Amino acid sequence: MARQLDVGDLPIPSSVAGAEAATPGTRAALRVWWRRFARNRGAVFGLAVLVVILVLSVFAPLLAPYDPIAQGVGPALAGPSLAHWAGTDSFGRDMLSRIIYGARIALVVGVVSVVLAMLVGVTLGLAAGYYGGWLDIVVMRVMDALFAFPIIILAIAMMAVMGFGVLNVIIAVAVGFIAPFARVTRADVLAVKEEPYVEAARLAGVSGPAVIVRHVLPNVMAPIIVQAALRVSGAIITEAGLSFLGLGPPPPTPVWGSMIAEGRNFIVMAPHVSTYPGIALMIAIVGLNLLGDGLRDTLDPRLRR
Amino acid sequence: MLRFVLSRFGQTIAVLLMASVIIFALMRLIPGDPVLMLLGDDFSQDAYERMRAKLGLDRGLVVQYVLWLRSVLQGDLGDSILQHQRVSILVWEAFVPTLVLVVASVIVGILIALPSGIVAAMRKDSAWDYGSMGFAIFAYSMPSFWKGILLIWIFSVYFGWFPAMGYVAPWVDFGDALWKLVLPAITLGTFFSGLVARIIRSSLLEVLEADYIKAARAKGVRQAALVYRHALSNALIPVVTVIGLQFGALLGGAVLTETVFAIPGMGRLTVTAILNRDYAVVQGTILAGVFLVVLVNLAVDLTYAFLNPRIRVA
Repeated sequence: MARQLDVGDLPIPSSVAGAEAATPGTRAALRVWWRRFARNRGAVFGLAVLVVILVLSVFAPLLAPYDPIAQGVGPALAGPSLAHWAGTDSFGRDMLSRIIYGARIALVVGVVSVVLAMLVGVTLGLAAGYYGGWLDIVVMRVMDALFAFPIIILAIAMMAVMGFGVLNVIIAVAVGFIAPFARVTRADVLAVKEEPYVEAARLAGVSGPAVIVRHVLPNVMAPIIVQAALRVSGAIITEAGLSFLGLGPPPPTPVWGSMIAEGRNFIVMAPHVSTYPGIALMIAIVGLNLLGDGLRDTLDPRLRR
Repeated sequence: MLRFVLSRFGQTIAVLLMASVIIFALMRLIPGDPVLMLLGDDFSQDAYERMRAKLGLDRGLVVQYVLWLRSVLQGDLGDSILQHQRVSILVWEAFVPTLVLVVASVIVGILIALPSGIVAAMRKDSAWDYGSMGFAIFAYSMPSFWKGILLIWIFSVYFGWFPAMGYVAPWVDFGDALWKLVLPAITLGTFFSGLVARIIRSSLLEVLEADYIKAARAKGVRQAALVYRHALSNALIPVVTVIGLQFGALLGGAVLTETVFAIPGMGRLTVTAILNRDYAVVQGTILAGVFLVVLVNLAVDLTYAFLNPRIRVA
């Protein structure tokens, strides 16, 4: 039915993508996939962006020319110069260093919250799909309800409850992404559990959880991976939105969203304060979206045109 | 059709009830004693007990939920501690500007998406296709709040063409309202256009390969007529669905866009309330937001069913 899906998961035909993951170990299959992936220019660009963000995050202390929270390392609100490539903010902090450290928080929040949502959502989806009955009905109705919350609004509500801080931001963002994972997983489990090998394992007396982990999960992984890739950019945008509203990690933490918000007050005399972190954020989102699209297209033979 | 309509109504009620449980539970999880917050520093034990009883906090959680739900159903969302006003009134007043923005953005979004999606599909793999799809990806990848700031910088600070902020209701002064809505609606509308253009392109490509289109083409119908008269009406059905699926995202985007353009909408009300610990208001806005999303989804599903003969007849 139409409203069970959202745009992110529309084009994933579960059975096809799932069947392909049945032989994930074979090197040849991986090589074929990689050749297909490498032809997708957008996806390769996305991968490059991800690598850059990874490098920036890991080596931030080495790459950043200044301490990101040290004030007065340069004149306040100075434009880009040789000493400060991206200028300085109103506290005289080095913008380039703050942007580099900002990549760290964006990546951590983006990845950890999606992994968290994936763990919870996939577990719920597996249980609901495999056992069916009341468990299925209750879990999926709760997911329907969670799905009705606009993600940023749910995150805002969670921040109101939990208070500010990076860990709370991660949880707040994760809660909003549980429902899509549960839905995608459940839909595939329903198809896979009718397969003869699952039936055989069950009849052989293998316990429910063991069947799920050993036989069902590996065969529903592909669409879950695609879903995860597509959601990371959403998680980063949500975190940036929370920070922009002043509900993210507290200052002076270098976060792109709050840097953009701060620069808003100086848009006339120092436009670089808002625009540079915004460019970083945009490149990250465009890259991750292209990477997600690329993964979806290459893991799903039906979409190749 | 009737069975479909009834079951969708049933589902809607179930989802709303479950969402109300989630919101109720969230608000109970907030640390701190609401009675202490209301009474301030100086009060007697007796006053404390009376306030607790007045708020119903001395009853069991289930009873509290049922009582709360009953008053919500009667339109009573409680009172704002800070603004000394009924939450229902505050929420209503803040929702109108947000909805005006959302509607304006949907219109702008479709105005951009229709031509670019059609061109991309008709000239598949051409520069037009790549150009408009590249634009689409950028349009929905740019965070709305940043896009808003850039638009203010370029079009109101630099060129001075449009006002940077403010809101006037369209029924008060239509011209002025439109004037002030231009930048916010472009901010949010381009995000929406990015999604819709891609859907229009792919559904148009799919429809163009259908047998009835091949038949029309064989009959000698020209490409342009083919698209406008035969293919487009079917290709637009998924667009209706996207509006429903993305309504939540639009509402969320509106919350952020409003903040940039100082529009006194739901976003500002919620964020101010959170910073002031005015939780009745937070609860009210979230409840109203979810209610709206669920209703729009219901409306979209029914429209979709009506447009799609396979469901309409069944």
